[in-house]
Amino acid sequence: MATVQMIAPPTLRRTPATAAPGRRRRLGLGRPIPYGRVLGPVVLLAAWSAASAAGLLDPRVLPAPWTVVGTVRRLIEAGTLQDSLLVSLRRAALGFAIGAVVGVALALVAGLSRLGEAVVDGWMQVQRAVPTLGLIPLMILWLGIGEAFKVVIIALVVAITLYIQTHAGLTSIDNRYVELAETIGLNRLRFIRAVVLPGALPGLFIGLRLAVTSSWISLVVLEQINATSGIGYLMFQAQNYAQTDVIVVGLIIYGLFGFLSDAALRLAERRVLSWRRTLSG
Amino acid sequence: MATDTERLTEAAVRVSGLVRRFGERPGRTVLDHLDLSIAPGEFVALLGRSGSGKSTLLRALAGLDYDVAGSGSIEVPGRVSVVFQDSRLLPWRRVLDNVLLGLDGREVVAGGRAALAEVGLAGRERAWPVELSGGEQQRAALARSLVREPELLLADEPFGALDALTRIRMHGLLRELCRRHGPAVLLVTHDVDEAIVLADRVLVLDAGRIAVDQPIHLPQPRSHRDPRFLEYRFQLLTALGVEEETAA
Ligand SMILES: Nc1ncnc2c1ncn2[C@@H]1O[C@H](COP(=O)(O)OP(=O)(O)OP(=O)(O)O)[C@@H](O)[C@H]1O
Ligand SMILES: [Mg+2]
Repeated sequence: MATVQMIAPPTLRRTPATAAPGRRRRLGLGRPIPYGRVLGPVVLLAAWSAASAAGLLDPRVLPAPWTVVGTVRRLIEAGTLQDSLLVSLRRAALGFAIGAVVGVALALVAGLSRLGEAVVDGWMQVQRAVPTLGLIPLMILWLGIGEAFKVVIIALVVAITLYIQTHAGLTSIDNRYVELAETIGLNRLRFIRAVVLPGALPGLFIGLRLAVTSSWISLVVLEQINATSGIGYLMFQAQNYAQTDVIVVGLIIYGLFGFLSDAALRLAERRVLSWRRTLSG
Repeated sequence: MATDTERLTEAAVRVSGLVRRFGERPGRTVLDHLDLSIAPGEFVALLGRSGSGKSTLLRALAGLDYDVAGSGSIEVPGRVSVVFQDSRLLPWRRVLDNVLLGLDGREVVAGGRAALAEVGLAGRERAWPVELSGGEQQRAALARSLVREPELLLADEPFGALDALTRIRMHGLLRELCRRHGPAVLLVTHDVDEAIVLADRVLVLDAGRIAVDQPIHLPQPRSHRDPRFLEYRFQLLTALGVEEETAA
């Protein structure tokens, strides 16, 4: 007589079948928190207000938020804030625009032809090794201490950052797509338009976001060392008169600049690269 | 035989004395004076062990083997199309734009839509490639080939990444499309059944040459249970060095 062996049925793990539409991938980052990005600043602001109200903060070290708001109003009434803002924005925008055009153009030249690569890539790599802010003294000697040298420095920083990312994007196209283009008989121009450039766009966007950040950093440095106008100059003067509140206003404006420009780029990236499905998407 | 002489006089593919070698001198000879000809409209399947040089041969025919040492002559028609193991749809182009890649004109748009409809993807023209299943992506790739009206279709394990069921569907589709458009086909596969189901002729590549050249005389559609099917299967498996006790 054969003995019948009982095999225990495997234990089943229950997954909620009805929850499918709203379910998130397990290794994803989870549901995006609404207005998640402003959460951090709001918490910080609350802590700052509480500490000031409780008298924990010496106003000479860090003035209360309402003092800062008052300062903003005073500066706007005097016209100083608008003027400084415009000057700073103009520098940043001009430098960024020039740098972006030059950086992308050089990346295209170097990424799309061997001759261009030989001519451009070598010295861009050298340039990259030299911290651009280290060029400030030289640029002052060459261009004087006016607007031109500030714009040039920002443009250089932006151009190099963008060049590196875009060039990397252009030269790292998947070989499988090159083969496809060959078997389909694309000519060079079409290949560049249909395969190389779209393939380099993600790299370009990384470059843009890095470049925006570094252009703000350069702006801060430039305006605090050698300027007679702009947000940085305002802060520099405030330091002389120990006006902490004005310094805080300057910092907040710099922060807003950075935050808004990055947000704009993220939005553009989402639009342009809508074909991508990434973890954060 | 009349068909054989025809095949010799008018060929879509003619390869003679093809040698391909990899590595440092003297190198390893992967294709060793290989001869092959394919008639217009003929469907040929190429079998062979892994590493036997199937892809090497196909890439040579597709003109994709740069910097590879070798000799011999290759004649292929002007319009050659390749289907790869992966679909190679450009992720940043919508499906229809992928199908039409590199083509111009208003008429081709209609052609592209028709090709997509033929492979069962009507209505998906505006989808992004990531939104398609693996089988759908491969069908889109097939549409991209068809819209170019190739005289020679080269396919390197085009269904290798698909599940069994999708694969069987794709067999029917491919067979039907080839009947309608009439290109010569060279299909590389490691699946003996797939080769017998689809091909007019099955080749086995071994030691750098065509070791077996087996015409399949079975009416379409072909059944796996047909005793002649099993006979071909046994024969080809033996040629591939597989000992199979179950094959009756
Ligand atoms: N670019 C290359 N450089 C060096 N060796 C290569 C190269 N391409 C192929 N080979 C060698 O040539 C031989 C044949 O390769 P091939 O890809 O043609 O095989 P295959 O028959 O397609 O195999 P599989 O069924 O696994 O795809 C292999 O041994 C491989 O290592
Ligand atoms: Mg292969």
